[in-house]
Amino acid sequence: MKPPLPFKQSRRHFLASGVAAIFVAVASTAGATIIKGVAPFKPFDYNPPETLGTGGWYFFTPQEARLMEALVECLIPADELSVSGLDAGCAEFIDRQLAGSYGTFERLYMQGPFVAGTPEQGDQSPLVPQRRYRLGLAALERHCQQTLGKSFVELPGEQKDQVITSVQNGEIVFKDIDSKMFFAILLQNTMEGFFADPIYGGNRDMVSWKMLGFPGARYDYRDYIDRHNEKLDLPPLSISGRPEWHKKG
Amino acid sequence: MAKRLPPTDAVIIGLGWAGAIIANELTDEGLQVVALERGPWRDTAADFNIATAPDELRYSQRQDLMLRTAQNTITMRNNPGQKALPMRNWGSFHPGNGTGGAGNHWAGITFRFQPEEFRLKSHLTERYGSTAVPEQLTLQDWGTDWTEMEPFYDAFDKVAGTSGKAGNLENKIQDGGNPYEGPRSSEYPTRPLRQPYGPTLFAQAARDMGYKPFPVPSALISEPYTNSLGVTMGPCTFCGFCTNYGCANYSKATAITTIIPVLVRKSNFTCRTNSEVLRILMDASGKRATGVVFVDSSGEEWEQPADIVIVTAFTFENVRLMLLSGVGEPYDPITNTGTTGRNYAYQTANGVQLFFDDKNFNPFIGAGAVGMGIDDFNNDNFDHSGLGFIGGGSIRVTPIGAAPIGNRPTPPGTPTWGSEWKKQTVKNYLSTMSIGCEASSYSMRNNYLSLDPTYCDRLGRPLLRVTFDFPENDLKMAQYCTDKVGEIAKAMNPRQYVKNPSKGHWNGGPYQSSHVVGGFVMGADPKTSSVNKYLQSWDVSNVFVVGASAFPQNPGYNPTATVGALAFKAADAIRTLYVKNPGPLVQA
Repeated sequence: MKPPLPFKQSRRHFLASGVAAIFVAVASTAGATIIKGVAPFKPFDYNPPETLGTGGWYFFTPQEARLMEALVECLIPADELSVSGLDAGCAEFIDRQLAGSYGTFERLYMQGPFVAGTPEQGDQSPLVPQRRYRLGLAALERHCQQTLGKSFVELPGEQKDQVITSVQNGEIVFKDIDSKMFFAILLQNTMEGFFADPIYGGNRDMVSWKMLGFPGARYDYRDYIDRHNEKLDLPPLSISGRPEWHKKG
Repeated sequence: MAKRLPPTDAVIIGLGWAGAIIANELTDEGLQVVALERGPWRDTAADFNIATAPDELRYSQRQDLMLRTAQNTITMRNNPGQKALPMRNWGSFHPGNGTGGAGNHWAGITFRFQPEEFRLKSHLTERYGSTAVPEQLTLQDWGTDWTEMEPFYDAFDKVAGTSGKAGNLENKIQDGGNPYEGPRSSEYPTRPLRQPYGPTLFAQAARDMGYKPFPVPSALISEPYTNSLGVTMGPCTFCGFCTNYGCANYSKATAITTIIPVLVRKSNFTCRTNSEVLRILMDASGKRATGVVFVDSSGEEWEQPADIVIVTAFTFENVRLMLLSGVGEPYDPITNTGTTGRNYAYQTANGVQLFFDDKNFNPFIGAGAVGMGIDDFNNDNFDHSGLGFIGGGSIRVTPIGAAPIGNRPTPPGTPTWGSEWKKQTVKNYLSTMSIGCEASSYSMRNNYLSLDPTYCDRLGRPLLRVTFDFPENDLKMAQYCTDKVGEIAKAMNPRQYVKNPSKGHWNGGPYQSSHVVGGFVMGADPKTSSVNKYLQSWDVSNVFVVGASAFPQNPGYNPTATVGALAFKAADAIRTLYVKNPGPLVQA
């Protein structure tokens, strides 16, 4: 058994394992677990999040990655409020999500028959996120090449925005995938990447949290709850800690 | 062929709130109890570790604590003329999984139902006459009353450590509490939580308008508390990772923080996790259960013989197990016969958003159940004469936290991306609040639960089919109550306020409430109910089915305290009546 670690060190320890590219699958214990007499508790045997390391692409091809970087830069542009979705790591975030259990909807009910239902019956597509991106990105690129004679990434900024708007409202129709469905997952995942904890590859330097004034993974506001209508300016905290915790020396 | 395990006195299906309460009571009585839980073992220190618990992507977006739909889901449609389709990702509601069940990720709002609710049909008829209940609705009495329920609510509060302020102590109205609550036999175990800014502003405006604000009763405790079983909990820290998350502080009451630590140490208790019950076994007469068959995660089947079978899964699984096992007759909305699946109801969720320029709510400071509420427009607390509807809602401000993937309020018409989106997101993040109105949902003939004819789970068993739409009565009520909330919002003088009453068809996509009720309801008449007032099946007297599945309709309140009280009620009946004299406790 590992020796107990003080709280801050266990956060550091966690970051170190994150950098070393841990990928934790759902443990599948054979059979039932029988619990009798004493609770099955092991100190520090906590259940870590599913993260992948930095650098490189796990799911996107180099061409898809260029397209994704251009898309997230349009959806979240750089301005006086923050860096862009690209610089915040949104494309990398989505790549990691697609390479993990989310990418295949592993946890979701994906048995057929797949039938289009009423709007109230929600998403009934057989396409898992990996397929939605693969088909959607290819269709977007094909559309740009065929109608504009250029790759999406080569379009001027304003034209990029126009194309995205037309995908969003379904004016551009793709052959293999509903363009509105592709836009919906792209927007949802981009926002997740911008606002999620940085351990997942997006929200670099907690940029969106600083922008909003969200203090992140803090766990105790008992000293603040009575400070009504007061700007608190609490520096944000990630699950992996704060940058100054990891400085050498 | 299932392998046969040694017989036990009682088998419990599902180890959430209801299962843990009953298991603990029956083991105290000396019975051998085996609990079967389809999900994993959950432990605060290991699963809700303080270093990794505040993770919005994992818990709120990817629904890490919820039942995975790959394991089991429902199909849904709005009316019997439609073909139901599966809910592939949880939207409208969030069923749980594992020990503690949905009690791990609940908000913690711990209202008791009012005395009138337990005899709703009779009450409305007495007050407004025989035509008071619209013909469309199938409201009914519960077959029990406040005097019978109150001691069990009290028992639940003392296990959970509920924080709040009594509004009615032994028929004496108390300042600062909810004057509409039923008479309580004792004060809340822990004092009310301190309040963030939003609830305080709301309470002031409501008070100025003559309403009676009170702290929302909460299973997030406000001070260290040792409960009636000797388990100690710590105070809520308002971390804002509460609803949809497990609590790392031992502050939010759940079976794993309040009961299971005691239960698991008893020599006459065994829990088997990752064990999903397939069906209840019956003897040749069909009138007596002999145990259950369950499958473990390796696919192996086991038979657990038992003298008493206690079903304490979520509403959906309680009803599905009854349909799969043939307990009771399936409800048929055309002939209006059968009771299994009858009187399914939901919750009618409404709200008003308030955008300010000059306020900072620090919305990340919050918890699932910290806030102020009023009950002046809930249930039958106001005169419904001439209004054209019955029912109402609990109006309250409960800031649950503001993790920003899901909490980025912007005024209607704001773009969803680009520079203007970002500007509006930043401008409104700290200065927006909302007032919710969690309102009643009244059962009607075409809202029911049945087995799906097409879609099956991974084991080949039919999924449960939910047929539901909002009754016209409830939509009228939603509009009326939301307008009342709008008046309070206006008095608070925001830059802009936006009313969002429930409208149109029930939509399975956006989250509304996990308070799904009915389908195996309690009552005094076996023609219109499935269980008697002791939660005992009318048809199979050694089967007890406990949970919100027993509610004949849903008032404008959260269900958990009532689920807990019903669990204590059923356990008390088994301890004091059934074990001495097994058989029907109420003659049909």
